Amino acid sequence: MGKDIREDIAWAQINKDVLKSLESPRRMYWIILFIAIAMIGVAVGSEVYQYQTGMGVSNKNNSHVWGLYIATFIFWIGMSHSGTLLSAILHLMHADWRKPIYRFAEAMTTFSLMTAGLFVLVHLGRLWMVYYVMPYPNERWVWPNFQSPLVWDMFAIATYLSSSVLFLYVGMIPDLAICRDNIHAGWRKKLYTVMSLGWEGTDRQWRNFRITYLTIACFLIPLAVSVHSIVASDFAMSNMPGWHVTSFPPYFVAGALYSGCAAIITLFIILRYVFKFEEYMTLPIMKKLVRLTFAIAMVWTYLNLIEFASVWYGHDQTAKDQLIFKATGPYAPFFWAMIFFGSILPLMLAFKRFQTHLPILFVVSILLNVGMWLERWMIIAPSFAHGHYPWTWDHDQWPSLVQWGIVFGSFGWFTLLFMVFCKVFPSVSMYEVKEMVYHRSLALKHKPAVKGDY
Amino acid sequence: MSITNLLENWSDFRQQHPSDDRPHREYKWAMSIDLDSCTGCNACSVACYAENNLPVVGKEKFAHGHSHHWIRIERYWDNDGREFADQGAQFLPMLCQHCESAPCETVCPVGATNHTADGLNSQVYNRCVGSRYCNANCPYKARYFNWYDYPTTDNVWPEPMNQQLNPDVTVRGKGVMEKCTFCVQRLTVAKSNARSAGRSVLDGEVQTACQQVCPTGAISFGNLVDPLAKVGKQWMKQQVELNKDKQAKDAEEKAAKLRGYRILEGLRTYPSVMYLEQLRESAI
Repeated sequence: MGKDIREDIAWAQINKDVLKSLESPRRMYWIILFIAIAMIGVAVGSEVYQYQTGMGVSNKNNSHVWGLYIATFIFWIGMSHSGTLLSAILHLMHADWRKPIYRFAEAMTTFSLMTAGLFVLVHLGRLWMVYYVMPYPNERWVWPNFQSPLVWDMFAIATYLSSSVLFLYVGMIPDLAICRDNIHAGWRKKLYTVMSLGWEGTDRQWRNFRITYLTIACFLIPLAVSVHSIVASDFAMSNMPGWHVTSFPPYFVAGALYSGCAAIITLFIILRYVFKFEEYMTLPIMKKLVRLTFAIAMVWTYLNLIEFASVWYGHDQTAKDQLIFKATGPYAPFFWAMIFFGSILPLMLAFKRFQTHLPILFVVSILLNVGMWLERWMIIAPSFAHGHYPWTWDHDQWPSLVQWGIVFGSFGWFTLLFMVFCKVFPSVSMYEVKEMVYHRSLALKHKPAVKGDY
Repeated sequence: MSITNLLENWSDFRQQHPSDDRPHREYKWAMSIDLDSCTGCNACSVACYAENNLPVVGKEKFAHGHSHHWIRIERYWDNDGREFADQGAQFLPMLCQHCESAPCETVCPVGATNHTADGLNSQVYNRCVGSRYCNANCPYKARYFNWYDYPTTDNVWPEPMNQQLNPDVTVRGKGVMEKCTFCVQRLTVAKSNARSAGRSVLDGEVQTACQQVCPTGAISFGNLVDPLAKVGKQWMKQQVELNKDKQAKDAEEKAAKLRGYRILEGLRTYPSVMYLEQLRESAI
């Protein structure tokens, strides 16, 4: 296996290469930005129409009350987990290879959470009353229902979003100072000056910085696990067959890490090309990332099988019927596509020759996420079509173009936020890459030049 | 409700298991429906539309599943090889079961659906934000969502139909959940009258709209706490107990003669509606 990074890159060169990404991306950047804005247009149009007319235009109905919005909400929440995995968990484990790629993974966390939050709003029948979910003092002393998993969701997501924004920002302070010192005068200079909080790189500052960063990292890990467990409780705590499954929380967390890692692979390839980061986002790093993804894919597959087995061997006949319905009913093509994309396709990643083949990885990573999106949909939709009560066994429900439009547009919204971030802020962590180069050169110094020459 | 009140009386704001030591004091509204008498004529459904200002959504939206029948007649065809016209069917009127331990109440994020002291499952339209979690968690799917803004939609209540809207019941706007209330507006009036006279509501003094119109008298409704009420006698005779998720009679052999049962009782929802099993052949 090659080197994660060349040890002879000069520190000034690192600054120069990364700062260049703030100035002159390839033309592809602007094309992506334009497409993203067009996609958002579709979503905004659909949402305005739905807001004016009523939820009926999304073609949900009285037994299928939830649809793509909730499925996509879980998808985006899940996507947000890998950023924390890479930056917090791997930080604690001293995995050096995460350094060039954790910044954008963290940005992904923040922006996918922001996208997920929008789906809560889009889903509500009376979006203008959304503040009822929050416990705020009011003249009638009416509180939200603290028993409801949706209220836990609200707390969990708000906490996770604010902490991950803080984490992203704190980790960026030394880099913002570099930007401040190197950029020509203008609005950006002012922005970096304010945001770098007077960073000078003194010993005291570094010491405080390290402690703060570590503290937030430790705080974020249990938070990330609990957020998706709480989202899983929305289902596990209900009594619908197909949802009422004890293993849902770990299953959701595994699925979240899985789709997040696949998304990191996709964005890795895009950023490497668009911002010319070939020196930093190297193939050996990709290889490690792919192996991590493969491992998580297998964990997810295992938990999936556990779920099927516990339903199959449990004595809840309705849940069993629901599982059979999923595998053989009108949703069967999507169900089996989910199994294929989620469990069979990742087997490819076990082969060395695919682990660094970027075009193939690009396609595969997108398909993995298609599989993960299908997983969320296959949790939501079939339960409504085959519940406890036979009168509701009606499969004649297909999401309307309004729903598809908003789901489609959410990818544009995420891309827009992400691409703007990468252009305004350094998407590769300069100081951590320098650290990595330094560690490497130290290691080389202590290594004998010729084998046996000791 | 102040914060001190919330903290001190925390248990009052939590869902209680019905067998907890909190019996209904004066009223526990309940129903029984005799499926043997039900002919599937849909009069109950029509009466409910008139009484509770249910929007008439039209054929197209009905086919999309956007209908609002708080009481619906479910039709189950016989599978005996006979074709339609000769094929038999059974009917079952389904309405909100006003569960004592209602799955919809625990999941509502804003507490828009609650249990009243009378044992009703209430829905506060003004508080509802339309997350539809209650419907998702209702095993009977007896809740109906306002998918459109019906008060401003043409032909829902075309002139002069809007003149017959019940003034005692609100007309719901878009984005809120609604469901059978056991005609709570009638219960409130009856209770108020009884209180003025210094007594409790007598059996038969209040009827739900569906009960009132049922041509075969299949529906009985009343106060389960009242020992003289017909509904209480029926429950007693059928040995169906409100606070059990498994009736003691089901284990005994003589139970074959008893027709009373509650739907999906095993889910521990403790429904307030008892059905009496059908004995005769399916209607043709």
